[in-house]
Amino acid sequence: MDQKVATQAAATAELTGAEIVIRALKDHGVKHIFGYPGGAVLPIYDALFQNNELVHVLVRHEQGAVHAAEGYARSTGLPGVVLVTSGPGATNVVTGLTDALMDSVPLVVITGQVATHLIGNDAFQECDTVGITRPCTKHNWLVRDVKDLPRVMHEAFQIATTGRPGPVVVDIPKDVQFKRAVYLGPDKTPPRDYHPRVEPDEGAIRTAMHLMAAARRPVFYTGGGIVNSGPEASRLLRELVKLTGFPITSTLMGLGAYPASDPQWLGLIGMHGTYEANLSANRCDLMIALGSRFDDRVTGRVDAFSPGSKKIHLDIDPAQINKNIRIDLPIVADAAHALRRMIAVWKEEKLSADPELGSWWKQIGEWRARNSLSYRNSKKLIKPQYAIDRLYALTRGHDTYITTEVGQHQMWAAQRFKFEEPNHWMTSGGLGTMGYGLPAAVGVQMAHPGALVIDIAGEASVQMTMQELSTAVQYDLPIKIFILNNEYMGMVRQWQELLHGGRYSHSYSEALPDFVKLAEAYGAIGFRAEKPDELDDKIRAMISVSKPVLFDVRVDPHENCYPMIPSGAAHDEMILSDADEEPELTDEGKMMV
Amino acid sequence: MPPQDDRSERHTMVVTVDNEPGVLARVIGLFAGRGYNIESLTVAEVDRTAHTSRITVVTSGTPAVIEQIKAQLGRLVPVHRVVDITIEKPGIEREMALLKVAGTGEKRVEAMRVSQVFRAKALDTTHSSFVFEITGAPDKIDAFIELMRPLGLVEVSRTGVAAISRGADPM
Ligand SMILES: Cc1ncc(C[n+]2csc(CCOP(=O)(O)OP(=O)(O)O)c2C)c(N)n1
Ligand SMILES: [Mg+2]
Repeated sequence: MDQKVATQAAATAELTGAEIVIRALKDHGVKHIFGYPGGAVLPIYDALFQNNELVHVLVRHEQGAVHAAEGYARSTGLPGVVLVTSGPGATNVVTGLTDALMDSVPLVVITGQVATHLIGNDAFQECDTVGITRPCTKHNWLVRDVKDLPRVMHEAFQIATTGRPGPVVVDIPKDVQFKRAVYLGPDKTPPRDYHPRVEPDEGAIRTAMHLMAAARRPVFYTGGGIVNSGPEASRLLRELVKLTGFPITSTLMGLGAYPASDPQWLGLIGMHGTYEANLSANRCDLMIALGSRFDDRVTGRVDAFSPGSKKIHLDIDPAQINKNIRIDLPIVADAAHALRRMIAVWKEEKLSADPELGSWWKQIGEWRARNSLSYRNSKKLIKPQYAIDRLYALTRGHDTYITTEVGQHQMWAAQRFKFEEPNHWMTSGGLGTMGYGLPAAVGVQMAHPGALVIDIAGEASVQMTMQELSTAVQYDLPIKIFILNNEYMGMVRQWQELLHGGRYSHSYSEALPDFVKLAEAYGAIGFRAEKPDELDDKIRAMISVSKPVLFDVRVDPHENCYPMIPSGAAHDEMILSDADEEPELTDEGKMMV
Repeated sequence: MPPQDDRSERHTMVVTVDNEPGVLARVIGLFAGRGYNIESLTVAEVDRTAHTSRITVVTSGTPAVIEQIKAQLGRLVPVHRVVDITIEKPGIEREMALLKVAGTGEKRVEAMRVSQVFRAKALDTTHSSFVFEITGAPDKIDAFIELMRPLGLVEVSRTGVAAISRGADPM
């Protein structure tokens, strides 16, 4: 039978739609896909069955497939690929697509659809997938004719991975998967007429470098665009920062692009950023934004954001320029291309930083001395900050990748874990999706089998996609889920304490499972630590286990995450600790998320 | 920081797109999703061989919002070009409307007289009604409609604005 199908296909040089999908994935260098079968994708699953080059990871929920593909993509720089069925399969990917769109993650998501003649008839497991996913993809296609399928598959990879990366959906009706057409490879198909600008404007680069040389209080404010541009951009960023001697801060998404151990590094900017990073942003006279987008988590109150500075903004997406903050000098380009030119011009023109830079650093030193990430440790209770510090200390020297869920634990991880390299930190920044971290860790571990992959989790978030532990067990993925279990949706509790008079409405994590037993039920390993002095040994044990681990770290349930700029406040209205006087919050501020 | 101008302005954007399924939904969804206004929108294929359509959108917003609209339209994959004809190219805007006016006697005569002043065409005539066709700039059509209202206006159908730049060069 196989023989017959093969000779037939060779004779006509035509492939079925399902075979075209598999062939195109292969031609685009895809090695792993994350998926879940169903009626409308059975032909593709059949083609997959007959192909032994692609590794398919069977998840337990389609949302898990998308987050796993995101983890895969962000830790490798390659596009993540997802395969799901129509109807519920497609609706289950919506959260992941939105997450990937917000954080610029390249994904190619293939969805099955009911047969073309049934579309619009409320057929079983029909939904308007392209309609539902239009606002949460970079682009999407419904392929009604198998002849279009090879071209659409190639376009899908092109669009997902070029310009500002993002997720795309290819919706393929079941009859199209059976029909045959000639397959032409990517090299024989003209690319889509889509040309995002990658080369910077030379004049803008020169002006930028002169502004930088003249600045007395400059600061680099970098973001995920550096990481997305590729490792070369991070290398060039390091060179430019060294060359100028300027301080540098970064958004949540940009962590790792610049080594956190370096003295010029100021730490995270924004709502839970360091005192020195936010004060530098507030008082600088030149802000050099590189691949960052002035998100509201970063700016706080926009009219009070860095009021005295000129702003240079490098972004590959022209729509980010002047969106939230007025920009004095826009540079639309790919980060690596622009950074290369910036360095060249600085050297060519023999530019140097203003001598005033020394007093700016002195000022920054005073802010740093506030030690804004300090906390009061305890002998009896495990402080979440302490747990992260120990995790960091004991994982140094390993090839460590960190994913997170969403909440206080995420912010503590971002503040305290020191990332030295890009692509080692995977977190849901733009959408803030609880349940991201565990499946993302699955994807990261799939791409990096020998690495130490840790999901720093909260007990509430982790329950949203806990079922993916089963996936980890099935594929022998020794991911480590390090739960900072404070028995609260801690971040919600913190806001209720600060903004809603301590009325803790539905933020207590009641009826928690016994995570150790749960781990065992899944065939994973469970650990629990309740006292600070148990931590080190158990973290070491966790690292040395070659199986998935669920580690229930019982932490102080009442700890708040500081520093914090309450929503609607300015960078210099930061709360540093519980003891701090809280700034008077405006009604407008309360209205903000 | 340069001062922010918060006065709302009306702008006409001409958008060249691939004529493919869903392209109009993308444009409209962008306006709806980001809270931009659409005052009028017209679309039709203008190049059969290249499969491109031309969308003319009349929108309003502060200068900052207008700049965002243009940039956001530009990032849609099937969009080739966006020209803000209000500021980038001096252009001509025209709209067509069909009006049904019913009545007899003095009002009927007056309706006919006004239509001649506006150079509207009577496309359909009965003893008690007219259907007029009028072409012109949107405010001319507004004015015609207002004049017809007391004269028995019963129905209006407008095409929305089509726009093109002046001079020999294409946009
Ligand atoms: C899917 C989803 N639903 C709701 C929220 C709102 N939210 C943000 S943080 C948070 C609490 C997270 O609790 P936990 O995972 O225990 O983390 P902690 O803050 O306690 O560290 C909630 C409910 C969200 N971000 N995502
Ligand atoms: Mg919690």
